[in-house]
Amino acid sequence: MRPIIRVANLGKQYRRGALAAAPYTTAREALTAALGAPLRALRRQPRGRPRDNMLWALKDVSFEVQPGEVVGLIGRNGAGKSTLLKILSRITDPTTGRIELYGRASSLLEVGTGFHPELTGRENIYLNGAILGMKRAEIARRFDEIVAFAEVERFLDSPVKHYSSGMYMRLAFAVAAHLEPEIMMLDEVLSVGDAQFQKKCLGKMSEVARGGRTVLFVSHNMAAVENLCQRGLVLEQGRITFAGTQREAVAHYLRSANSNTLPPPRERRDRIGSGGVRVLALQVKDTEGRPLDIATSGQDVDICLHYETAPGFKRTPVVASFMVGNQFDMPIFLQHNRLTGNDWGALPQRGAFVCRIRRLPLPPSTYRLGYSILCDDEYLDRIDDAGELTVVAGDFYGSGEVPPATHGCCLVDGEWRIEAEARLDPAGSSGEVAAQYETVGERP
Amino acid sequence: MDVRAVETTDAVKYTSAGALSDPLRLDEPAAFYLPCEPFVVIEPQRSWLKLRLKELWDYRELLYFLAWRDIKVRYKQTALGVTWAVLQPLLAMAVFTLIFGRLEGATADGLPYPLFAYSGLLLWVFFANAVTNSGNSLVTSSNLITKVYFPRMIIPAAAVAAGTLDFVLACVLLVPLALWYGVGLSANMLLAPAFVLLTMLCALGVGLWMSALNVKYRDVRHALPFAVQLWMFVSSVIAPSHVVPAKFRWLLFLNPLTGIIENFRAALFGRAVNWTSLAVALAVTLGLFVSAMLYFRRVERSFADVV
Repeated sequence: MRPIIRVANLGKQYRRGALAAAPYTTAREALTAALGAPLRALRRQPRGRPRDNMLWALKDVSFEVQPGEVVGLIGRNGAGKSTLLKILSRITDPTTGRIELYGRASSLLEVGTGFHPELTGRENIYLNGAILGMKRAEIARRFDEIVAFAEVERFLDSPVKHYSSGMYMRLAFAVAAHLEPEIMMLDEVLSVGDAQFQKKCLGKMSEVARGGRTVLFVSHNMAAVENLCQRGLVLEQGRITFAGTQREAVAHYLRSANSNTLPPPRERRDRIGSGGVRVLALQVKDTEGRPLDIATSGQDVDICLHYETAPGFKRTPVVASFMVGNQFDMPIFLQHNRLTGNDWGALPQRGAFVCRIRRLPLPPSTYRLGYSILCDDEYLDRIDDAGELTVVAGDFYGSGEVPPATHGCCLVDGEWRIEAEARLDPAGSSGEVAAQYETVGERP
Repeated sequence: MDVRAVETTDAVKYTSAGALSDPLRLDEPAAFYLPCEPFVVIEPQRSWLKLRLKELWDYRELLYFLAWRDIKVRYKQTALGVTWAVLQPLLAMAVFTLIFGRLEGATADGLPYPLFAYSGLLLWVFFANAVTNSGNSLVTSSNLITKVYFPRMIIPAAAVAAGTLDFVLACVLLVPLALWYGVGLSANMLLAPAFVLLTMLCALGVGLWMSALNVKYRDVRHALPFAVQLWMFVSSVIAPSHVVPAKFRWLLFLNPLTGIIENFRAALFGRAVNWTSLAVALAVTLGLFVSAMLYFRRVERSFADVV
């Protein structure tokens, strides 16, 4: 089959200063620069050497997308995902390369682009539709569908500045969801709105995907990528480092690159303890022993504390412990082998304390890891801020949905049911609640 | 950005013949009929002499909607509403008449000064608002520019277009004014729309230049209101061009607004048209407009990175 998107040797170069400093200049600066130009020309480096103030945000990116494919584009911040999407949606220009699109494309880099707070819902639907490239007749034809999807019928004629943020997002997404291009490019639009709405968007998205539309989807939500996409592309530092099925791509992404900016415990001087045992490195691995840079919610992981003992160290019992805290230094949980009743007697001279965490109960965020090694209530070694762990959304609940870290600092498993026969016992321990019902007069 | 083909047209050849089946049917893999030629080719821009007028035409509905938005929003939460469209030139006329009114005989070509001033202000207020609004339009629409693709020219053009409603409303007052001062409107006034068009073209030319420069050099934002203010004094709004010594008058005519406003007046009230000033105004306006289009097309691809 012939591809519907063909990208060849795409590159985008930015001037580093243009990114770092204020991007726009004043006329005076431009004049000074122009006057200084001949001088700089004399000092110019020999050709062929890269100019150091230029930065390739994308380099030699080539890929093809077949019609009907849903492709996830993943990579960490700054890897070039957004730049690639911006070039594909023609917002900015490539420096090198060529893209051919064999179909009408629309892109959705945010929802509600061009919404005006003073205009009514009805007016904004038309305006936003036009901005997204819909014809007036097309909007009119789908108007009722859009309104129904957004559930804003009653507020259609009030200005959107009076909308709740939820209503606003629903309306904005509704317009975008009713675009009918052959190629759809989406950037993280699902990260908005409440959980229920996210679910609805996901539903709409998979409907679109199954409908044979070609979709390019940029996201940090690994669960969404796994559920919605068939293929995945991994971008690292402006290059495509992996292309394959979505599962392989997610797996590749999760174990790629080293983000740990903290020096490993081996090089740390800010440690506490008498030093009978010293931790050299703290690693998070998947169950097959591959180091993970990023873990997903619900994944089985091993926390490994690589250690070595001082010569002649024979004391027992040694307790190994690690703490997980959030970015606000709030402890989330602690785990050590006295809790679990694991006793290992005398330690080998080198090795690793390994703790298997089943179904990592952390919502997406970045966490701080600390550890301590104790013996008889005495610290042998301890670093509170020994490393970082980034967790991205994963399928903890098996439903594809993970609440954000702002809704709770940990994930707890549960099961729900309805009990039709359940009655409040007026005489029992819940009498207080029953009394409240009585005063409101709702009890039969 | 070089875009060769933008839009699905009937002429596009499909690789497979036959009717396009319903693309949203879920129970079977959708059939694909890919065109032989890509709809869109995205490449680094090489030539910069392309105006891609076809593309602009395809986006005319967006132009309409953006202008419509500007008009809708402008008078929201104002007590006087669209009355402002008439008040602006009317108050200016009153002040000018108070101060310059006695120049009447010498300057106004036999025209009562208030009428002279109002007819000039009509075009001038439209022009000044159009230039100021479109000059700032790209910067204030940065959220659109960084998120959605469309020909950027639509934005300043919509800002100019949005001013026409105010202009039309202000024009209505001209008729009672003329009657009040007992000046007959001439049949030549049927030519007036041509001058309005010329004013729009000129405003668009200046607006395109200013908006594009404003993206890169925010100095424009500060310079523009001041420059527009000064511009009025040399545009035959307050006093006709012949108060200037003949030696320097040609300088005044290099300003297209002088030629446009004076001849607009001449058409309204049946005075003689000054063909020289009109020809110069036409040439300068076209020059401004075409150069602005070319410059704009050349720099618009970098707007999203700079704005």
